[in-house]
Amino acid sequence: MKLLTGNDLPTGDVIWWTGNGWSRHVEDAGDVADQGESIARVEEGARHVTGPYVIDATMTAEGPRPAHIKDRVRALGPTVRPDLTLKPADPTAGSWVI
Amino acid sequence: MYKYDQYDQSIVDARVEEFRDQVKRRLAGQITEDQFKPLRLMNGLYLQLHAYMLRVAVPYGTLDGAQMRMLGHIARKYDRGYGHFTTRQNIQYNWIKLSEAPDILAELATVEMHAIQTSGNCIRNISSDQFAGAAADEVADPRVWAELLRQWSTFHPEFSYLPRKFKIAVIAADEDRAAMRLHDIGIQLIERDGVLGGRIFVGGGMGRTPMIAPEIKDFVTADDLLSYVEACLRVYNRYGRRDNIYKARIKILIHELGADEYRRQVEEEFVAVKALGLDPPKAEFDRITKMFAPPAFAAVGPQADTAPNPVFDAWRAQNTVAHKQPGYAIVTISLKPTGGIPGDATADQIDVMADLAERFSSNELRVTHAQNIVLPHVAVSDLHHVWSALDAAGLAPANVDLISDIIACPGLDYCSLANARSIPVAQKIATRFADPERQRDLGELKLKISGCINACGHHHAGHIGILGVDKKGTENYQLLLGGSGAEDTSLARITGPGFSEDGIVDAVETVTNVYLEKREAGERFLDTYRRLGMDPFKEALYG
Amino acid sequence: MDKSAMSIGSDEPAVTLDAFLEDQTNATAVRLEAGEDARALLPHLDRIALVEISFPSFRDGRGYSAARILREAGYKGELRAQGDVLVDQMLFMKRCGFDSFAPEAEIDAATLEAALTRYDHVYQKAADGQVPVWKLRHG
Repeated sequence: MKLLTGNDLPTGDVIWWTGNGWSRHVEDAGDVADQGESIARVEEGARHVTGPYVIDATMTAEGPRPAHIKDRVRALGPTVRPDLTLKPADPTAGSWVI
Repeated sequence: MYKYDQYDQSIVDARVEEFRDQVKRRLAGQITEDQFKPLRLMNGLYLQLHAYMLRVAVPYGTLDGAQMRMLGHIARKYDRGYGHFTTRQNIQYNWIKLSEAPDILAELATVEMHAIQTSGNCIRNISSDQFAGAAADEVADPRVWAELLRQWSTFHPEFSYLPRKFKIAVIAADEDRAAMRLHDIGIQLIERDGVLGGRIFVGGGMGRTPMIAPEIKDFVTADDLLSYVEACLRVYNRYGRRDNIYKARIKILIHELGADEYRRQVEEEFVAVKALGLDPPKAEFDRITKMFAPPAFAAVGPQADTAPNPVFDAWRAQNTVAHKQPGYAIVTISLKPTGGIPGDATADQIDVMADLAERFSSNELRVTHAQNIVLPHVAVSDLHHVWSALDAAGLAPANVDLISDIIACPGLDYCSLANARSIPVAQKIATRFADPERQRDLGELKLKISGCINACGHHHAGHIGILGVDKKGTENYQLLLGGSGAEDTSLARITGPGFSEDGIVDAVETVTNVYLEKREAGERFLDTYRRLGMDPFKEALYG
Repeated sequence: MDKSAMSIGSDEPAVTLDAFLEDQTNATAVRLEAGEDARALLPHLDRIALVEISFPSFRDGRGYSAARILREAGYKGELRAQGDVLVDQMLFMKRCGFDSFAPEAEIDAATLEAALTRYDHVYQKAADGQVPVWKLRHG
């Protein structure tokens, strides 16, 4: 599957295109198929996102899993500071990244 | 240290308002991201993996207690309670909001700080020796020249859209504690016939194509310095490559022209530029020099009678060096606790260091390019007190220049340019070698880790260097040996095929074992490697 | 503010550097591309009324050096920055000696005014005659 991701312009938060909006949680990300570039253009023009780009991902039981480790780090947070990630209370969250 | 006058302050204040306006126009859609990006980079603001990252300038690594406290305040109020000290003597915050960046810059300006030109294709923070003003071996305080260069380079109208970034380092001793030869311009202050001048090296750098800067000019005096550097930059701005981002640094231009031709072009340009009267008068040089006068050293008091303490003794032996003033010492605070994140400090730790500087170090601190902090002027009789406070704050690992004093870039945990994570590798290596006696036995061993070819971890200059690469989507690590950023500058060489994350930790242990087995009296790891060459290490690693 | 009002002086179309040096030796307006050597014009400055310098991308900073070189050699005519010229670069352009601008995109007059007047002080002597801070300090 293809996901569209980027950063929120004023805050810098990592965001994922859900299909009709942006979420900070990769679990909400939807498959953009081949529409990613055109959605990105519209959304960037409307300043709903900055630096958008399309990535590969696979659908798993826990939701979409970005193909590249860099985007998994973006999705969760730094592997070396679990307390600063989106899932600070989950001790196994880091293994999803690696 | 340098203190702003009304002119310096007005320039920084105007910059804050300029950036505030630029952010406003960006958020309102009046400028595109493509147009805004160089503007925010010139204010040190990157869009990184998790958020915006702000890189605050610490000019030539020098700051006072109030400035340090402000860095702690920024960490608490605008970030997530910590900051990261970098290999260019700056500090980075990883969780910044664009919408708050102008306020951060406004607060920094109240203590004479800023984030000007800490990124972008312009002249970056001028770096220097972290022991400046305290070391016995310097001919003069290099920070006077660094301050002249800082002012000259700030908002330089001709050199703000260079082919690529530009980094300058100034030292003033034969021992190079600032990796000077690995900068775009490196300056070593020397004395010739009683006159102070600089040897100018141009064209060093790391990254994809590491190079050691050749000497371009053997002696430039302070009253020709800015014209000469102007000429060096103008030749670069006009002729540096702009067709390929990986060939755009000045080191490539000098490599392609040859040092002799580059020198010839600079000399020609210098003749034209010198006639323009760009150089400030001696009175300006003297004004700045006065600000770097040594602090008033108190008469040395009697040594405090403390109970013998081997932990303190080990810290003192490893982390302090003699000051040029009798009875004083230069203290390096290690930000490399075993298993910690190299170069990171919490806001609370930052406050402790600020407090110690104010009370025990003539209100001065330094950031080192090895991602540690220096208290430059500590009375020997205060060392025990300083150590106690550091120890209570987790700031006293006794490992400066030992294997666990690792330089590591933020890597894939934080940086969008990275191919691999560097911090976990640093943590695993430090943990493997945690035993202090083992570290002391290994001795001076500068281990440097970069998470990508951009080499922000300076792996080319490591006695042991590690480069993270992306091998078909998996993190992989190359091992390099024999680099040095000191005056015996050399570039590390790759050993062979790369290793997994666990494999690289074993590989480091393997090569240190070869050293232990084969070293001769007085040899550091680097010396044994240079004597024996790569073969015995390669043999042990790959069989 | 429309584009033509921002230019001052000559509206004569500028010839290329090669043409100026080879056949069009009577032209009084020359255009320099980003990589061309401004010093080629030095022997002819007294009969040039306009030098237009191209900025193909706002990131390409070669034009700043070309401008200063011309002013430093005593060029007194119109010096125009043309191309991807954005308001946030115009202060530096002025400091390097540009006195007219032909940007491809519209420039907002209020933003430009604010940009050009924001800094009371400068650290360096450049081509605009502004007194650098070190001179204010010591006279």
